[in-house]
Amino acid sequence: MAEDPSPAGVDEFEREPVPRRALLGFKSFVGMYAGEHCAGTELMLGPLFVAAGVSAFDLIVGLVVGNLLAVLSWTLLTAPIATRTRLTLYYQLEKICGRNLVTLYNLANGVMFCFLAGAMITVSATAVGVAVENIGLTWNGNPVQIPMPELNDDYPNSVAWVVAVFAMGVMVTVVAAYGYNFVARVANIAAPWMVLVFLAFGVVALRQFIDATDTRINSPADLWRLAETHIWKGGEPLPGRVKFTFWHVTFFAWFCNMAMHVGMSDLTIFRYARHSWYGVATASGMYVGHFMAWMSAAMLFAYQLHETHPDEYLVNLLITDSAQYAEADRDSLLTGPLTPELIREGMRIENQLVESGQLMEDDKRIGPPTPLPGPLAYGACGIAGLLCVIVAGWTTANPTIYRAGLAFQAIMPRVSRVKVTLATGLLATIAGAFPAIAMKLLEFVALYGMVLMPMGAVVLVDFYFLRRLGLASNYAEQSGTRFNWAAGLTWFLTLAACVVLVKYTAVQAFLADQGINILPADFDGIQIYFVSLPGWFFAAVLYIVLSKLYQRKTSQ
Amino acid sequence: MTRIILQLLSWLALAGTILPSVLYLAGRIELDPSNWLLLAATIVWFIVTPLWMGRPKVEDELVI
Repeated sequence: MAEDPSPAGVDEFEREPVPRRALLGFKSFVGMYAGEHCAGTELMLGPLFVAAGVSAFDLIVGLVVGNLLAVLSWTLLTAPIATRTRLTLYYQLEKICGRNLVTLYNLANGVMFCFLAGAMITVSATAVGVAVENIGLTWNGNPVQIPMPELNDDYPNSVAWVVAVFAMGVMVTVVAAYGYNFVARVANIAAPWMVLVFLAFGVVALRQFIDATDTRINSPADLWRLAETHIWKGGEPLPGRVKFTFWHVTFFAWFCNMAMHVGMSDLTIFRYARHSWYGVATASGMYVGHFMAWMSAAMLFAYQLHETHPDEYLVNLLITDSAQYAEADRDSLLTGPLTPELIREGMRIENQLVESGQLMEDDKRIGPPTPLPGPLAYGACGIAGLLCVIVAGWTTANPTIYRAGLAFQAIMPRVSRVKVTLATGLLATIAGAFPAIAMKLLEFVALYGMVLMPMGAVVLVDFYFLRRLGLASNYAEQSGTRFNWAAGLTWFLTLAACVVLVKYTAVQAFLADQGINILPADFDGIQIYFVSLPGWFFAAVLYIVLSKLYQRKTSQ
Repeated sequence: MTRIILQLLSWLALAGTILPSVLYLAGRIELDPSNWLLLAATIVWFIVTPLWMGRPKVEDELVI
């Protein structure tokens, strides 16, 4: 994921087109995208694909296709507008939407950036936990241990975890407020090294799989068989996860940076490009960060799953309380893989025991294995791996907090940037203490794209179509309005429609309870990973219709 | 000249970042030594690279 859409000098030419002398060459964009899309969050996203039960074909082909669609979106949608207007998204939006609506957009953007930075702090904190354990830190004579969050945890699970997150968050925040340039420099220096450490994660995990499965690799076909049968086996997802198919992977890879390409945030970047075809430079970020890095991180977690076996407690529970496993061989279960089916059955039995009063809710012990970037990286590449997790989280959380701070500061221009950044960092740190964001990062990233996507449709329609339809483009600038209701309503109504489609069954049931049967009961809605595609077309058409009505009304 | 030497060291450090894992994949070394080599390469990269990356080339000319 890209966290900081800012090349050097992005804060220049905020309210004027970028002049010819300031344009950048193709290589600048290749390097920038390669570095920025190899972030701490990749270490979380890759494993979450595995948790979603993805198969080798679906993952690899889905990522190839989805990343290609993302590159095409940057090249064909974002870059052509950027190289013709050469304005930042914010200024472009201000001309279309008016200052007040842009303020609202800034608020939404800032909040999303905060949560994203929170997830990065969570990722780094998992590495702090491993480091503390290995240093052998003690407190009152007892070794300090930081209990890690679990896959389906929403809330912080211990004081030690909160302390670890705050230690990391405070460090990131203070540096973002006072030493942004220093970390930007560290990020530039670390980028090539980080990319290779990500690659090393995958290479080491591959060897570990070869050893663990006693496989001989003599041809690409052997490698593919290993990938299909042991690494990305497909099948059921872990409990609490949505099953990922080819389409999920494709759409996720395409839309995880939706705010940047279809949502037009990267107008701010590509206004510096000499030609619109420089959009293809984003392939460096997509195929390094969102292909290689995701696959490497996924392999680390797949290996953890491969090496995890059911413990005595689970096996006893299955043999004693499950009709399905009553006849099963105890030793085979103990030495076999911990499959999602076994975990699900164990969880079902525990729930039954709780219901019958034989087990306390707090004594439940069975849950899916958790992808924790810190321990995963340490297991594969030792201290350097741990360092990579901390650096990747830190260098990307830092500019994200800085950017969120800038977005908030636009709303409160009288408060100093340092104060706003400190407050923003605190908010991100609080968010980081809640593992729900990192553990549900697939969903959050899809939500992030969905929230900002309608404004991208507004910018595109305004640029290409409004004048051809006899309407005024840049309407706020022309009419002097501070809130273009056509754009505002497009945003709100598109979001409302998307939310209804995602939460369709709940909305349908709620309305049916009220005696309102307007929604068909035989439709299941659309998952959040897919809803932004119809949402974008809906927003585009809606903006044209509303502009027609709004511009006619205001001109009267 | 100094700059070229530093850059060369950085490139070697980058090679040292990926090479140990490739050797481990090939079955030439164990994981532990591979990780120590990776750590050594990491230290060299972070010490040497800031000495030239992002700095103007003028320094070299002054030395000459």
